[in-house]
Amino acid sequence: MSNVPADLKYTKSHEWTRVTADVPGIATVGITDHAQHELTDIVFVELPEIGRRLKAGEACAVVESVKTASDIYCPLSGEIIEVNKSIVNDPALVNREPHSGGWFFKIKFSNAAELDSLLTPESYEAQIKG
Amino acid sequence: MLKRTALFSAHQTLGARLIDFGGWEMPVQYSGIVAEHLAVRHAAGIFDISHMGEITVSGAAAADFLNHVLTNDVRKLAPGRGQYTLLCNERGGVIDDLYAYQLSQEVYLLIVNASRTEADVAWLKSRWNDFPHRNDVLLTDASHNYSAVAVQGPRAKEFISACVAGPSISAMRVNHVTDLQKNQIAGFQFDHGGVFVSRTGYTGEDGFEITGSDKAIEHAWNAILQTGQPFGIKPCGLGARDTLRTEVCYPLYGHELDENTTPPEAGLGFFVALDKGQFIGSAALLRQKAEGAGKKLIAFKMTEKSAPPRPQYAIRAGGASIGTVTSGTQSPSLNVGIGMGYVPPHCARPDTTIEIEIRGKSFPAIVVPKPIYKRPSAAN
Repeated sequence: MSNVPADLKYTKSHEWTRVTADVPGIATVGITDHAQHELTDIVFVELPEIGRRLKAGEACAVVESVKTASDIYCPLSGEIIEVNKSIVNDPALVNREPHSGGWFFKIKFSNAAELDSLLTPESYEAQIKG
Repeated sequence: MLKRTALFSAHQTLGARLIDFGGWEMPVQYSGIVAEHLAVRHAAGIFDISHMGEITVSGAAAADFLNHVLTNDVRKLAPGRGQYTLLCNERGGVIDDLYAYQLSQEVYLLIVNASRTEADVAWLKSRWNDFPHRNDVLLTDASHNYSAVAVQGPRAKEFISACVAGPSISAMRVNHVTDLQKNQIAGFQFDHGGVFVSRTGYTGEDGFEITGSDKAIEHAWNAILQTGQPFGIKPCGLGARDTLRTEVCYPLYGHELDENTTPPEAGLGFFVALDKGQFIGSAALLRQKAEGAGKKLIAFKMTEKSAPPRPQYAIRAGGASIGTVTSGTQSPSLNVGIGMGYVPPHCARPDTTIEIEIRGKSFPAIVVPKPIYKRPSAAN
């Protein structure tokens, strides 16, 4: 059974987004436990460049398992301000800690209203069960 | 509607992820491709290969007919022996690659690719129609009568005899399954009508392939998983089957082989007996031998950190595209990107530097001798 933490927001394409009160305006993005489980053995991660401006829903990173390559989509519009080099050096970290050490990038989002259109944990859980 | 093998419910019970493979609903993985791959390299794995086709050819002129349609020389066989061989068209292009076993004096069994069974049978029937001694050849597509499993890995020999007991009763006469040598086949008494066991496989490891009725193979699957458990056996899917065969550079039809590729271009000239006399495709293959092949299949390794190479990626050298990747993956054994692909012959020598284009960027790779992965010596 996949872990769907209650403090995150989700996309249909299996990214999670975390915004905390201490750093407003910045979202951390990764892929869900369900996604890493479906992809299995992640062997390569390609991250966006720092400073890249993205629109919500734009493909911005790639994860590769042994079998296939999959695009990762940016949940929010904004500018990439930090990427997680640890998962480039150790892609399996995404499998081991999808919601913590295996985060992908931080984005300074430009439209806070987009947060409201993301999926709640309940609706994401319903989607992956369905 | 996808076809299902007799082991379908066994796969479901084991939590397999299922995919469409050549019209069959087959397991791509159970626990994970890397874990399954490494189980086969270091312990053992069992694969459902029931989707593969079985064609029997028998009669007084069976050997002559097979030597007319296949590239290898079936006269090198004897009852209980098998050989890798190819079915070619008049242009020398590969219709399928297969194993031909001689079961008894006038009886042969062909094991062919699932995705090619229909094409093979149609081609063979049409060649049979033109064959002067066709009344002495009986050709039967027996695919629906058989299921099959492959038990592969260095520890398979430690428990296989506890699952299938000797002595054999047909083809190669041996006391135990483990007495079979590479490419040999024998029939054994077993529940539900007996099984054929051959010492063959598609992984580069020692192993056995077991063919029999649906019921016999369901029984064999369960018995092998149970008996092999203390030896570390894992059920393995098509994902691991693909990475295992890619590491040892075994071709896969539709990737390295097609009707516009000849066996020598694919590096399979060893399995073409040009000295046996005329056969379908021999004129074209002799001409190609004299004139030289237009392309060569290479194996390569990525030399810097990159995404894994994938089929259809461009192979580049000197700023130009020189060919296409046919198979590519991250090697679970070597933990590096590996692949195969076709390039012009002058670029095919080992140590040649090439580049693989991945999402618009070129990454360096080097042509390496085949196989890419060699198992540690048998002493281990």
